[in-house]
Amino acid sequence: MLEIKNLHVDLEDEEKTILKGVDLSVEAGKVHAIMGPNGSGKSTLSYVLAGRDGYEVTEGSATLDGVDILDMEPEERAAAGLFLAFQYPVEIPGVGNMTFMRTAVNAQRKAKGLDEMSATDFLKMVREKAATLKMDNEMLKRPVNVGFSGGEKKRNEILQMAVLEPKMCILDETDSGLDVDAMKLVAEGVNALRNEGRGFLVITHYQRLLDHIKPDVVHIMSEGRIVKTGGPELALQVEREGYEDIKAEVA
Amino acid sequence: MALPQAKLDATEARLAVAARPSGAAWADAARDGALARLRAQGLPHRRDEYWKFTNPDTLVQPEAPEAATFDETDAPIFDAVERLKIVFVDGVFDAGASDDLALEGVTIERLSEAAQSDIHWAKELYGVLEERGQDPVARPLAALNTALADDGVLIHVTGKASKPINLIYHHQSPRSDAMLHHVVKLDPGAEVTLLENGPAAARFNAVMEVEVADGAAFHHVRAQGRDHERRTATHLFARLGEESTFKTFTLTANGVLTRNECVVEMKGDDAAAHIAGACVGDGDFHHDDTVFVTHDAVNCESRQVFKKVLRNGARGVFQGKILVKPDAQKTDGYQISQSLLLDGDSEFDAKPELEIYADDVACSHGSTSGAIDEEGLFYLRARGVPKDIATDLLTLAFLAEAVDEIENEDLRAELVNLLEGWLGRRRG
Repeated sequence: MLEIKNLHVDLEDEEKTILKGVDLSVEAGKVHAIMGPNGSGKSTLSYVLAGRDGYEVTEGSATLDGVDILDMEPEERAAAGLFLAFQYPVEIPGVGNMTFMRTAVNAQRKAKGLDEMSATDFLKMVREKAATLKMDNEMLKRPVNVGFSGGEKKRNEILQMAVLEPKMCILDETDSGLDVDAMKLVAEGVNALRNEGRGFLVITHYQRLLDHIKPDVVHIMSEGRIVKTGGPELALQVEREGYEDIKAEVA
Repeated sequence: MALPQAKLDATEARLAVAARPSGAAWADAARDGALARLRAQGLPHRRDEYWKFTNPDTLVQPEAPEAATFDETDAPIFDAVERLKIVFVDGVFDAGASDDLALEGVTIERLSEAAQSDIHWAKELYGVLEERGQDPVARPLAALNTALADDGVLIHVTGKASKPINLIYHHQSPRSDAMLHHVVKLDPGAEVTLLENGPAAARFNAVMEVEVADGAAFHHVRAQGRDHERRTATHLFARLGEESTFKTFTLTANGVLTRNECVVEMKGDDAAAHIAGACVGDGDFHHDDTVFVTHDAVNCESRQVFKKVLRNGARGVFQGKILVKPDAQKTDGYQISQSLLLDGDSEFDAKPELEIYADDVACSHGSTSGAIDEEGLFYLRARGVPKDIATDLLTLAFLAEAVDEIENEDLRAELVNLLEGWLGRRRG
C-alpha cells in the first residue's frame, strides 16, 4: 500500500540531511511500527509523507497504491487516503470542530466525485464515532483543539481518522503526553479502525503504546535510516536494551 | 492660521460645482455654519496628518470619478429580517421602492421635507453633533455634507422600535455623486436597530448623527459590499447619555476607497459604546477606519474592535483614539486593531492613541498584523481541505472576534452568510 524507496530528505532552510535513504513498505491490513531515538528522523518522515513545507526530497520515492504522492498537495494526499495523526495537533481558534470536520469530509468527497453529506447524516455519524472515544457534544462544538487537554487533542485526532476513513494512517508519537487511561482509549479507537484494507504506520519512541496497538512489523530508525526490521519482539528488545545496543549491533 | 492657497482653491472649486439647498431658518443656519467651518478648515489634503495614510484627492475633487455600476446579483442582504425599508438610488429617495415611513415607536421623515418646517426637533442635532465632532480634529468632509446634503432621514425613536429600519442604497448612474445626512434621536429608554447596505453611488459622502438619550440603545449594522469602484466617506457622530448603549458594526468588502469615521462622545455615566468592523480587501482596495471616542463621564465602557484581511496589494488603515477627560473616572477603554496579510504585497497602517487625563481608568490598546497561521493551514490541508477553502476558514475565524460584536444573533448570522458568500465567490 505505502511504498517508500530510498527516500532522502533535506531541511530546506539549513543544509542538513535528515533522511538518508529510507526503505519501507506497509501492506494493507498491517500495522507497522517505527521506533527510534530522538532526532532519528521519525517525525520528519511523517511530515514529508503528509506534505508539509520546509523539506526537500533529494532522492527516492513514496507511493500510495502505486501513485506517487510526493508531488501532490497535502489535501490531494488526504483525498488519496493518507492520514497523519499529528504529534502536536494544531489549535485553530474561531473554527468549530464540527465545521472543520464537515468541511474536510465534504472536500474529500468532492475530490472523489461524491455528493456532499447532509448536515444531519454527518452529525449522526460523528456523534456515534465520538461516543466510542468518550467525546461529548461540547468537545465537538468547541474550536478545533482549543482548550483541549493533551489527551483530548489525541482523541480528536483519532476521531478525525474515524470520520475520514483513510486507507493509510500514520500516527506520529500519538502516545506522547498521554496517561495510561488516555492511551488505552486512543489505542482502542485505533484498533477499532483496523481492517484488511487499511494500513498503519505507528511512530513511537516508547514500546508502551505497542502493548495496546499490536504491530505486525517493527522497524528501528536511526540517523535517517531504517537500521533493523523485525517482529513485535523487536520492540521488547528496545525496551530491554535501549537503542544504543541495537545501533551497536547493526553498526 | 491662514489656509494654504492650494487648499482654499480646492475647497472653492468643490463648492463651485455644488448647489446649496435652501430650507427653513434653522436648516439654513446649520448649513451656513457648516459652510463657514468648512471654509476655515479647507477640504482634506494628502499632506494633512489625519489623512497621512489615505489619499483624499478623489473624495475632494469637484467631480466624482466614474465608477461602473454594480450588478447586484447577490441575494439581498437582511432579506430574512423583518424590517422597514427606506431606499435611496444614487442618493435620491425612492418612494416607490421604500416602505411607508411608519413604524411603531418611531417617526421617520425625509430631511428634504423636514428642512422646510420652521420648527423641527432636528434643529437641536442637525450639524450640531457633527460640529462637536470637529474638535480636536477637523472632519471637513462631514462639514461639507452638513452644508450640502439635501436629503437623508430624520428618525425620532420614542419607544422600542418594533422592527429594524433598513437604509438600502442603489447605484445606477456611473458618475453619481451622492450625499446623505441622517439624524437619529433616541428618547430616554428608546431602542432601535438601524441597518445600512448597498452600493450608494460612484462617490458617496454620508453623515449620520445619533443622539442616544439616557437608558436608550442604538444598534447599527452596516454592510459595504462588492461595488468595487466606489469611493466612500462616512461619518458617524454619536452622543451618549447615562446608561445608554451604542453599538455599531461595519462589514466591508472591496471598494477602491472607503473611509469610515466614527466619533463618539460619552456624556452620561455608565454608558457603553462598541465600535467594530471587519473587512476583506483584495487588490486595488483601500479601507480606512478612523475612530475617536471621548470619555467625558464616569464609569463608561468603550470597545473598538477592527479586523482586516488583506491580499494582492490591498491596503488597510486604522486610526483609533481614546480620549479620557479629567473627570471620566472608572473608564474602561479597549481598542484592538488587527490585520491578516495574506501576502507580502498588502499593507496595514495603524495609529492607536490613548490620551488620558483621569487617574482611575483601565485602558488598553493593541495592534497587530501578521501572516496566516501556516501550522493551522497545513493541519486543515492535511485533512483534505483545499488551500483556498482552508484560507477562507482561517479568514472567517480571524474576523470572528469583530463579527461577534454584533449582539443580535440573526443579524450576525446574516453577515456571516454574506461574508461566506463573498469569499466563496472570490474562490470561484
